[in-house]
Order: sequence, then structure tokens, then C-alpha cells
Amino acid sequence: MLDFALTFSLATVVLALLLNVYRLAKGPDMPDRLLALDTMYVNAIALIVLMGLWLNTKTYFESALLIAMLGFISTVAVCKYLLRGDIIE
Amino acid sequence: MTHYVILEGVIAFLLMAGGAFVLIGSLGMAHLRDFYMRLHGPTKATTLGIGCMLMASMLYFWVVDGRPDAQEVLITLFLFITAPVSAHLMAKTGLHLQLRHVDKTQGRPFELRKEEIGEKPVLHPDRGHG
Repeated sequence: MLDFALTFSLATVVLALLLNVYRLAKGPDMPDRLLALDTMYVNAIALIVLMGLWLNTKTYFESALLIAMLGFISTVAVCKYLLRGDIIE
Repeated sequence: MTHYVILEGVIAFLLMAGGAFVLIGSLGMAHLRDFYMRLHGPTKATTLGIGCMLMASMLYFWVVDGRPDAQEVLITLFLFITAPVSAHLMAKTGLHLQLRHVDKTQGRPFELRKEEIGEKPVLHPDRGHG
């Protein structure tokens, strides 16, 4: 049961990442690409968590936490750049 | 014995629900027609999906190791706090850049100033204008 659930969710997360890449390549404007990147890091965290379950180890959760923090900060930085033309005023 | 089967079922259900919600969020982002619609998918469905997956992971390692661990709860809390903030900032960016939108997407937030929705230039007092 758990094996099937893990395989299913891995497949859906990989499919979601492919859809994000599509929006990242196509996205007509800058905020669309930013949204695609933001979703992509959330999906990367999901992939890392599933890899931890697959390998039965907790080693990679620190990297998931790091990706969460850096992703949020980079999203805010790019938003600030698009809004004000400057990151730190 | 039997409660292990129940726990396995709960973990499997949370994993599959998480995967489905993540896929729905990204599908919405890839498929919907303008930026303000596309913002809905990742901010709500994907956040719920990753919350489900992290809960499943926390339950699994709780059952395997025999003691709870706060790491997954930390990631979940952090994501649930930061997702609305970044979504709000991205919506403001879209309004500021005056992106194209379909006619059904209308209305503007009353609490934003004119320069925040792109109707007036942004003031930069530090550069000597404004």
C-alpha cells in the first residue's frame, strides 16, 4: 500500500515539475515566470520529502528547510526588484 | 498489529492526497488563462498538498522511530507562513506591471495606493525625485 502511494505521489510531483517548466519557458510575462519558480521550489521540497521516505532516511530534511527559506527570500527579492527597481533602498 | 495497518492506510492516503493536490496546483498554473487566475493554483492547492505530504512523512518517521520529530512541522509551519506573503507580493507585482488579463478578471483592491497599481509613477525620494 505504501509502495504504491509513494510511487503515485512521486509520479504526480514529477508531472507537476514538468508543468512548472512549461510555464517557466512559456510564461508571457515576468511575474508568470516568478510564479513558476515559486511553485517549483515547493515541488522540489515535496520531491525531497518523498526521497526521504523512499530511502528511509531523515538526512535530507535540512536541505528541504534550506530550500524553503532561500526560495521565499529569492521570491521576495525578485518581487521587490520588479516593484521598485531596486532590492535594498 | 491492526493499528499498524490503520496507520499505513492513513500515511498512504495522506501521500496520495498530497500528490493529487500538488498536481492540481501545477495544472492550474499551467492551464489557466491570465496571471491572476494562475496565482490561485500554486498558492492554495500546492500548499495544501505539501502540507499533506509533510504530515505523512512525520507520521511515518514517528511510527518507524517511535518518537516524534519537529523538523517536518517546522517546514510545514514555515511554508504555511511564507506562501501567502509571497502570493500577496506577486499579486502586487502583477498589478504594478499592469499585466494583460481576460475581461472576467476585474476589480481592484481598494487598499492599494495609485502608484502600487501602476497608475502613477513610483516615488523614489532617495534618488531626488518625489
